[in-house]
Formats: sequence, structure tokens, C-alpha cells
Amino acid sequence: MSFSITDPSRRQKWIAGILVVTYAIVTLLPLVWIIATGFKTPPDSIAYPPKVFFSPSLEGYVNLFTSRSRVTPEDLAALGPPTTWYDAIVRQYDMVITGPSRYGERFLNSVIIGFGSTFLSVFLGTIAAYAFSRFKVPLKDDLLFFILSTRMMPPIAVAIPIFLMYRQLGLNDTHLGMILLYTAVNLSLSVWLLKGFIDEIPIEYEEAALIDGYTRFQAFYKVVLPQAATGIASTAIFCLIFAWNEYAFAVLLTSGDAQTAPPFIPTIIGTGGKDWPAVAAGATLFLVPIMVFTILLRKHLLRGITFGAVRK
Amino acid sequence: MAQIVIKNIRKEFGSFTAVQSSSFTIEDGEFFMLLGPSGCGKTTTLRMIAGLELPTSGEIFINGQEVSQKPASQRDIAFVFQMFALYPHMNVRKNISYPLVSQGMPKAQVKAKVEEVAQILGITALLDRPVGGLSGGDRQRVALGRAIVRNPACFLMDEPLGALDAEFREHMAEELRALHDRMGATTVYVTHDQLEAMQMGDKIVVMNHGVVEQFGRPQDIYDWPATTFVANFIGSPPMNFLRFDGSVAAGATEVALSGHSVAIPQTVQPATGALILGVRPENVHLDDTAPLRGRILAAEYLGTTQIVTLDTAYGPMKARISSNTGVTLGDQTGLRLDPRAITLFDPQGRALLSVANQRVLAHG
Repeated sequence: MSFSITDPSRRQKWIAGILVVTYAIVTLLPLVWIIATGFKTPPDSIAYPPKVFFSPSLEGYVNLFTSRSRVTPEDLAALGPPTTWYDAIVRQYDMVITGPSRYGERFLNSVIIGFGSTFLSVFLGTIAAYAFSRFKVPLKDDLLFFILSTRMMPPIAVAIPIFLMYRQLGLNDTHLGMILLYTAVNLSLSVWLLKGFIDEIPIEYEEAALIDGYTRFQAFYKVVLPQAATGIASTAIFCLIFAWNEYAFAVLLTSGDAQTAPPFIPTIIGTGGKDWPAVAAGATLFLVPIMVFTILLRKHLLRGITFGAVRK
Repeated sequence: MAQIVIKNIRKEFGSFTAVQSSSFTIEDGEFFMLLGPSGCGKTTTLRMIAGLELPTSGEIFINGQEVSQKPASQRDIAFVFQMFALYPHMNVRKNISYPLVSQGMPKAQVKAKVEEVAQILGITALLDRPVGGLSGGDRQRVALGRAIVRNPACFLMDEPLGALDAEFREHMAEELRALHDRMGATTVYVTHDQLEAMQMGDKIVVMNHGVVEQFGRPQDIYDWPATTFVANFIGSPPMNFLRFDGSVAAGATEVALSGHSVAIPQTVQPATGALILGVRPENVHLDDTAPLRGRILAAEYLGTTQIVTLDTAYGPMKARISSNTGVTLGDQTGLRLDPRAITLFDPQGRALLSVANQRVLAHG
């Protein structure tokens, strides 16, 4: 048996492995439970003891996407046999589908507001961070501290002033209002994160581009931005996760046109008994975009693209 | 191809003056070295020529055109960075073609130019490789390729060999000099390595604390330093300084050190006070009959020569003599100074003009 200072021993590897697996179970179990509940029938979802094995059903998803109303057995019989598989599911409970639910619209609102504010935060954050990193900005340190200080209290602490302000400005329950709000909250994070990344990019790259005949903007666009891709990607993920999951402001400031999915999902419970599978189905679908976004940008998070190009 | 004239250039960063009123001329096709210790303002001077810093005052002429306040892109220059600064997200070919693309050159022509440059530098096989995996020397060649592909009026290089291994540096220095001779373009090269400067340069500017101490051909600077700083900075080991109080009249051919006189080149300027007599180690000969005495402290063997350190009444002195001469540590011996190669410095450390050095120093 040989010993090495740097390589972990067998026992250390085991301990590390157990820790990682335990952590994964703790964090993933609720997720697994939500995803599983989405495929249960309502009785299965509230069964005690909880059912780990069950026959999957799409009832939750049907209920999530439709509005239904109860009809008398005579009327049901008069309708004739169900024409589609989801009709068949609904009719077991003496109900008929009266139209689509609002989930689609709310989901779309989340997409517009989440990605809109993420784009705006990252865009403004990148140019602000570049300026702070490269130019002589008067009172630079004070400004940076001021920007950071907006994160020193929970954003919801200013909910009332924002609500009143938004009412005056007519921004209540609008996409623009929510995008501006989430951008304002995320901007300090994005400026600070991106400044760190841009500081790491040697200024020689831009100087080389300037000498090669490019303008400062071209040098920024063609040389700095590709270098900062890693930082921009990770900043975008953080911003999107916040804007996507935000609940408190969404409850307070939106109710109709611009309502996002988080405040909408719990309201599903109210229609026709405690419909946990529909809630779980809504939550499951709500997870998908952010998972896809993170997986797409993951390679940027891991790749050190400047490796070896500058000798330090 | 360009002549570069620097006139009274000055650069201040806040209250710190990086370059003080420097003037010199770089002739067309010259390989010109900016030499000095770190922090002396040589890199700032180079960056002002490049347009990466704007001078606080003064003028820079490239080919007769005043450019001191123009952006880098309008100066028709190429810059080689110490850290290479290759664009890491592009492969070798893209890196080299980048300056051409910015000029809007047609694609086919860019391709031909890049191939030609790659041929010159011997990196044709690397063209489609990412820059990340290249060795230091290859990265240096790519950086050079990016510089020469445009055929700029002049090349500016900021310690381009500083990031290379010592062994490889020698080789690259030769390659660089050969490349310069082939292209014939004016090159301004910053270095803190006096050997590199002497080896490669047609002319050298020696800077210290933002001031140009001396500028001229390597041999002139080595033989006839304008200041004690230059005398000390250039040469390894540096010039010996013998400090004495006395005076010399204009036209004197010897100076009186304590108790004996030393022959010197005929002076042109008079001086009085705490003077310094400077003599290079190779102009100090061991000679038992000489009146200046010293005790041998150490001898370093360097192949054909050896450096002998002696303890004298004027402090330690070094002599570079043939290795064939036997020396015994602790021996008392005489030191004869070659009268043709002595420089006197005034109390401020400036060389006194003599018939020997006035040809070199008279122009300023």
C-alpha cells in the first residue's frame, strides 16, 4: 500500500461518496415525491400509509390543463361515449371538460417575465461590470457598495412602497412591471458576479484587438464577451432561478394578466376538492424549463476556456 | 517602414510621473531597445507609442505624422505582448487573420497572407490548432504572426521573450533578430535584460525613474556610459567605481588619487568635488608594478576569463582577466587601469566629457 499526500485514501473516498449520496437523497426526495404525485390518482395521492408503488394515471395533468363541470348522469348518458382519452378520465367522476384551464397562460407569463428579466439583468450587468472593471469611474467603490447594499435587506421588505409606486405608475399586474422589478432585484448580484469574471480577463486581449484595428465596442463584443461567456452563463442561471421561483411579489403585484405560475399553482387546489395530483403536475412542468436551461448552460459553467492562452 | 520621433514626451498617473520629458529618435528599419529596470517607464513609453496610453504632454511622430493623441488602430503598428494575448477562443489561423479581417480584406487574400506568414514562422502545421495547447515558443510565434501579417509601419514588443524559458529565449532572440533583418521594419523592443538589449539591438535607450539616461549604439553605451546608472546597469559585472575627492581641469590627462596619479583620456570639462573614476573590469589589469594596490579576495572562473575581486583602498574592485593567469587568494597585487577606457563622473553622476567619449556623448 502506498501513501500519497494529495490523493484521497480509500476510506476518505468512501466517506465522501456516502456524504454526496446522502445529500442527493435529501435534496432529491421531495422532487421525486412531487413528480410521482403528479402521476397518481387523487385517492392514491392522499392514501395512508403513502403509496410508493401505484398504477400511474394522467388524471393530474388532465385536471391541470382543463376546466370541468359536474353534470347529472342523465346528461352524461345523453352525450354519448367519450371521444378522447382525457374525456374518458374526466367522465369517471360525472364531469365534462368545459375548456382549457389558465395554467398555459400563467406558464407563458412566467416564461416572459423570467427570461425577460434575466436577459435585462445580465445585459445591464455585463455593461455595468465592464465599465466598473475597465474604466476610471468616479466614486467607483462607493457606487459598487451602493449597488450591493440593495441586497442587504430582503426585497419583500419594500413590498408596500413598491406596491404603492406600481399602482401610481400603472405597473400593477403588467409584464413590464414584473420584469423591471425582478431586474432591479437581480442587478446587484449580476454586476458583482460579472465584475469578478471580467476582472479576470486580461486587458491585453482588448489592447491587442484595439491595435488590430477594432473599436472599443468591437473589442468588447468580439473578445471580452466570448471570454466572459462562463460568467454570463452562471449569472444568467442565478438570475433566472430567482425570477422564475419568486412568489411573494408575484402574489402581491399580479392577479390576472401578468400572474406567474408560482402564485397560480396553489389556486388549483380549490377547484373540485383537494386536487394534489394537479398541483404536483403543475409544479413538475414548472421545473422543466429551468432544468433545461441549466443543463444547456452547464458546459459553460464547467469549461475553463481561457486555459493556457495567457501564461501567468 | 517608419521613422519614429519622440519629443519631450511625458506621462503622469495622478501624482506619479512615469515618464519625464523624454526625447529620442528611432530611425527607419532600426531594431531599437528600450532598456531599464522595472518601473523605469520603458513599458509606458512603448504603450504611448502604441496608443494604449495617451501622453500627458509631448509629441510622437510616426513617419512624420503627429499621432500622440490618435487611437491605436490609426497608427499602423503591431504590438507583441509579454503574455502573448492570443485570443483564447480562436484557433491559430483565426488569431493570425484577425487584424486582416478588421481591415475588410477579402477572404481568399486573408487565407493566402496567413499561409505565407505561417510559412515564414514555420507554424503551418499548427494553423488549425487551438492556441490553448501550444508551447510557449509556438505561442510566441503565433503572436509574431499576428503582428507581421499586417505589414505594419513598425513593431512594438513588450518583453516578448520574458515568458519563455531561459534556454528557449536565446533561440527565440536569434529568430526574432533574423525575422527583423528579413522584414526590415522598425522594431521597438522593451526589455530589462541588458544582455538581450546588447545582443539584439541596433540602438538602445537606457531609462531610469522615467528619465532617458542615455541613447545610442550598444557598444557606445557600454564603452562610454553617460551616467553612473548606465555604467552600473550595463555590463556584468558592472563598471568599477573609484570614489575620490579632487578636481580636474579641462585638458587634464591624469587625475590624482590619494598618493598617485592615474592616466585618463584628455578631459574637455573641468570638475571639482566628490568625483568618481569608472573603469570596466576588462580594463583592469593585474600588474605588480602598478601603484594602486589590492588584495585578491575571490576569483570566479568563467571559461576563457575569470573575474577577480580585489579589496582596495577604494572598496572592492573587479577585474576580468584571462583564465590562464594564476591568482592566489590573499595575495597583494598592483592594479593597472587602461588609460584609454576610463570615464570620470561628476558629483551628480554624469560623465565628464573627454576627447574619448565626446563623440558619443556630445549629441546629448
